[in-house]
Amino acid sequence: MNVPEDLKYADSHEWIRVEGDTATVGITDHAQAELTDIVFVEPPKPGTLAEATKTIAVVESVKAASDIYSPVSGEVIEANAALDADPALLNTDPFGDGWLFKIRLSDATELDALMSPESYRAQIS
Amino acid sequence: MTPSDTPSQRSPLHDVHVSAGARMVDFAGWEMPVQYTGILDEHRAVREAVGIFDISHMGEFFVRGKDATRWLDGLLTNQISKLLPGEAQYTLMLNEQGGVIDDLIAYKTAEDAYLLIVNASKIDEDAAWMNVHLAGDVEFEDNSAAFAAVAVQGPDAPALCKQVFGFELPTERNRVIASRWNDTDVWLVTTGYTGEVGFECVVATAHAASIWDACVSAGAKPCGLGARDTLRLEMCYPLNGSDLAPDRTPLEAGLGFFVDLTKSEFIGKTALDAQKATGLNSRLMALAVTEKSPPIRSHYPVFIDGVAVSETSSGALSPSLGIGIAMAYIPTTHAKIGQCVEIEVRGKKYPAVIKKKPLYSRAT
Repeated sequence: MNVPEDLKYADSHEWIRVEGDTATVGITDHAQAELTDIVFVEPPKPGTLAEATKTIAVVESVKAASDIYSPVSGEVIEANAALDADPALLNTDPFGDGWLFKIRLSDATELDALMSPESYRAQIS
Repeated sequence: MTPSDTPSQRSPLHDVHVSAGARMVDFAGWEMPVQYTGILDEHRAVREAVGIFDISHMGEFFVRGKDATRWLDGLLTNQISKLLPGEAQYTLMLNEQGGVIDDLIAYKTAEDAYLLIVNASKIDEDAAWMNVHLAGDVEFEDNSAAFAAVAVQGPDAPALCKQVFGFELPTERNRVIASRWNDTDVWLVTTGYTGEVGFECVVATAHAASIWDACVSAGAKPCGLGARDTLRLEMCYPLNGSDLAPDRTPLEAGLGFFVDLTKSEFIGKTALDAQKATGLNSRLMALAVTEKSPPIRSHYPVFIDGVAVSETSSGALSPSLGIGIAMAYIPTTHAKIGQCVEIEVRGKKYPAVIKKKPLYSRAT
């Protein structure tokens, strides 16, 4: 299972890529494999105030709907519009074109609570 | 996955599924494959080529004796006496109130001999009901534990049958043929739950794995319960426990074709006659969402003119149609093809329309 080295991870299977005071969030390769064929994504609207560890989006496979939790607090600044037409991007490219949303961090110290690639790899193995 | 109180039963094909990488789930007390490679993939294989399903969890009952026909006609809604040996029919078993205990297929394997295939979740309840009502010269046996079954479904199923069983599949549906495969007795039946041509093969548990392997080698794609559910819902075939229930009659479920009210008597008939005389309160209708929506699932609220009138009994994102589909019991006043409804998903209402069944057909 792919666990890129340059990301941080939540135990609820989201990844976050931090660039200055903003960050990109998605679900991990492990999560997409567990969820199976993703057929619908309900991403957060820009302007939404996310709270760390709280529900921020819903992804649905053929079989079930699953909540996605925001790894950090802050304001959502962009949702991935490509997922509307092609939700399967979450399956095919979870760390790239299948990203979910971008967020402006309100408290960078929250990042310290997230997992390193090594810890996340241990969690899913 | 949440652990359940009672350990799940395992299909004789359990190890075959696990070694093929199936994702196993609990279904009706059985540990069964929900998918192998993916539900969409498996669904497509059945619509376009051929897939194979393990249906060993389903129950096999045997009824024999010179009063077998008359006894079954008193327990089941369809007309058993109409069957010739080698023929089968879809039928229902009702309680005294006309509600559905189970829906099943009755196969007439010989004169005065029947095989009944019933839902996994209802094996014990069905058997208990039938034992309580035993009468006349009838031998009734629940042989579910001794038999396995696989369903081979899709346009390429007849060719596969010829290749694996050396046998030309009848083009008629609802046929049952006693055959042999590698010195083993099998029943090949032309029934299914997908809307495609195909057959089901009933065999003693010890031989299930070799038949499965032979069909897979001949090109059948292993399919799980996930695809089985989307395939059957596109055809509007009801699932007992979701679309059928002890407080819903087959008339409400739109299954009147399988209920012979001209028979002198069967359990539930008095209630159905009364319901027919007074009129139905609601009918099980097929719904199709008319704009982009999340997948529809069971127990989603259904609205007409802003008023909550029902909830979905089944729902899915139709892999063949690419839209949300569902079934729901709709008040008779509004149970008309073309009626607009709304289905609520997470607080948002999506427009849908009542459609003619089935929702999917090859021409669409």
